[in-house]
Amino acid sequence: MMRNVLPILTVVAVLLGVWLLAVVPMNIHLAADQAQRDGVAVVPDTPAARQEVGAVALAVRNPDVMASTYTLERPALPGPQQVVGELWRTTVAVRPSSKQSLIYHGWVTLSATLLGFAIGTTLGIVLAVGIVFSRTMDLSVMPWAIASQTIPILALAPMIIVIMGSLGIQGLLPKAIISAYLSFFPVVVGMVKGLRSPDAMQLDLLRTYHASPLQGLWKLRFPASLPYLFASLKIGISAALVGAIVGELPTGARAGFGARMLVGDQYGQPLVTWAALFAAAITAAVLVGIFAMLERWSARRMGAAA
Amino acid sequence: MVDPVISATAVDLTFRTNDGPVHALKDVNLNIAKGDFVSFIGPSGCGKTTFLRCIAGLETPTGGTLTVNDMSPEEARRARAYGYVFQAAGLYPWRTIGGNVKLPLEIMGFSKADQAERVKRVLDLVDLAGFENKFPWQLSGGMQQRASIARALAFDADILLMDEPFGALDEIVRDHLNEQLLALWARTGKTIGFVTHSIPEAVYLSTRIVVMSPRPGRITDVIESTLPRERPLEIRDSPEFIAIAHRVREGLRAGHGDE
Ligand SMILES: Nc1ncnc2c1ncn2[C@@H]1O[C@H](COP(=O)(O)OP(=O)(O)OP(=O)(O)O)[C@@H](O)[C@H]1O
Ligand SMILES: [Mg+2]
Repeated sequence: MMRNVLPILTVVAVLLGVWLLAVVPMNIHLAADQAQRDGVAVVPDTPAARQEVGAVALAVRNPDVMASTYTLERPALPGPQQVVGELWRTTVAVRPSSKQSLIYHGWVTLSATLLGFAIGTTLGIVLAVGIVFSRTMDLSVMPWAIASQTIPILALAPMIIVIMGSLGIQGLLPKAIISAYLSFFPVVVGMVKGLRSPDAMQLDLLRTYHASPLQGLWKLRFPASLPYLFASLKIGISAALVGAIVGELPTGARAGFGARMLVGDQYGQPLVTWAALFAAAITAAVLVGIFAMLERWSARRMGAAA
Repeated sequence: MVDPVISATAVDLTFRTNDGPVHALKDVNLNIAKGDFVSFIGPSGCGKTTFLRCIAGLETPTGGTLTVNDMSPEEARRARAYGYVFQAAGLYPWRTIGGNVKLPLEIMGFSKADQAERVKRVLDLVDLAGFENKFPWQLSGGMQQRASIARALAFDADILLMDEPFGALDEIVRDHLNEQLLALWARTGKTIGFVTHSIPEAVYLSTRIVVMSPRPGRITDVIESTLPRERPLEIRDSPEFIAIAHRVREGLRAGHGDE
């Protein structure tokens, strides 16, 4: 356990260090402006002149202002403690049902994510089975599946939302469709590879038993594809989350992580944006972690060496 | 002579490959009677595997006739007339030993109770009682191969086709398994087709030894064994054994000579 945790903690510590260091130069111009408004003497003493000075130089010349770069109300880059504070304020300190609560917004995004992921995974598995069993499908579906992923989702998402909206479908489903669109692809690719992973000898063995194609699928191809499936699911679930968030951006949705990011941006509340970003990242990590656990559990069930 | 279980007349097989046709079997004639233990021996590429696969209906000859139990190999395969043991054990890693042996039984629709009873019986037969709940990786290579033999035996086909089943095992394990295989053959009276590269193995096990030669793959000699059916391992030091082995070696050399 310790051996796994230590490298992760090291990386986190390094990232945190870089972040803390970056806050000063990123915010020093803003902090200097603010300090001047508050009546503190700053050099150079006009914003225009300060723009001429590099961030590091400005920090060095105004050491007193440096500390305040971590506490700006509208920083270019908030300090880690500010993000944690905002996360705390919007999760633990408010009712989950409140419009301020990231748990409320998280659930909105998560429900679309899970629905889309379920649709995408089912579609992916069905397509993969079709591709493996039918040469026609192999030739016809696969190129389209690949082509579908070359269209930037940012261009496609508003179209899906608008078209579905004009059909009177709003809310959860359009976002779920975008999630499904992003998550079916890794499942198709992984499952095709997994379903094809049994070697010629294993397939011949089933022929000697005169097994039906369905039995071959059930007894051999599906179990053999499980490791591939889990790898795909872990990619698919994070793609689904991204899809749901992207689905919230173009329509000015009122709820969801995407909506929070947008609100933060439009109303000059970077902390709101950052908190939503981190909450989304944490959600993704938890979802992937759940699948990693399921993967280990199924591997143990299937006799993997402990 | 009683009706042969397996009968090949002028069997011919040419593979179409990208580098042109490969003549894998040419004019193969062979009758295998019920209860025979027939070994196929010959240099690599002489078509031993191909012939065994033809018998099993996994490959279709391009010429001649081949019957198994008076049916076409394809029909015999559908009738589940034989068990096939491949060179590698090929156990499913996600199934226990018992689960692997059960696989053909599940596919063929045996009842649950029958399945359990058969698994126990064939695992006993190959000396793997008590390993039913182990996973393949927990067993040695020899034990895995025995499990794969048990799997081929589980549904009681009269014919057992084995393609170099002990090829990857060391000599001591191989000796042991040869002994066990003979005992199993004596007990069950199955008809066995057995591919090997080893002359002593072929002589020790077989009632008949089919010597093959490559390019094109064909039968160059069929040697009837004069050894008794009861064969202790020591028989391999007897003059009779050595004489047969000598004939096989001569046959192999002759096959090479006229290349
Ligand atoms: N599916 C196939 N397609 C094309 N050529 C094949 C195929 N299977 C076998 N061959 C060719 O047929 C010939 C006989 O092959 P086969 O595997 O029967 O030999 P073998 O006697 O079993 O050899 P080994 O002792 O190495 O197992 C070889 O030249 C091989 O390359
Ligand atoms: Mg071979």
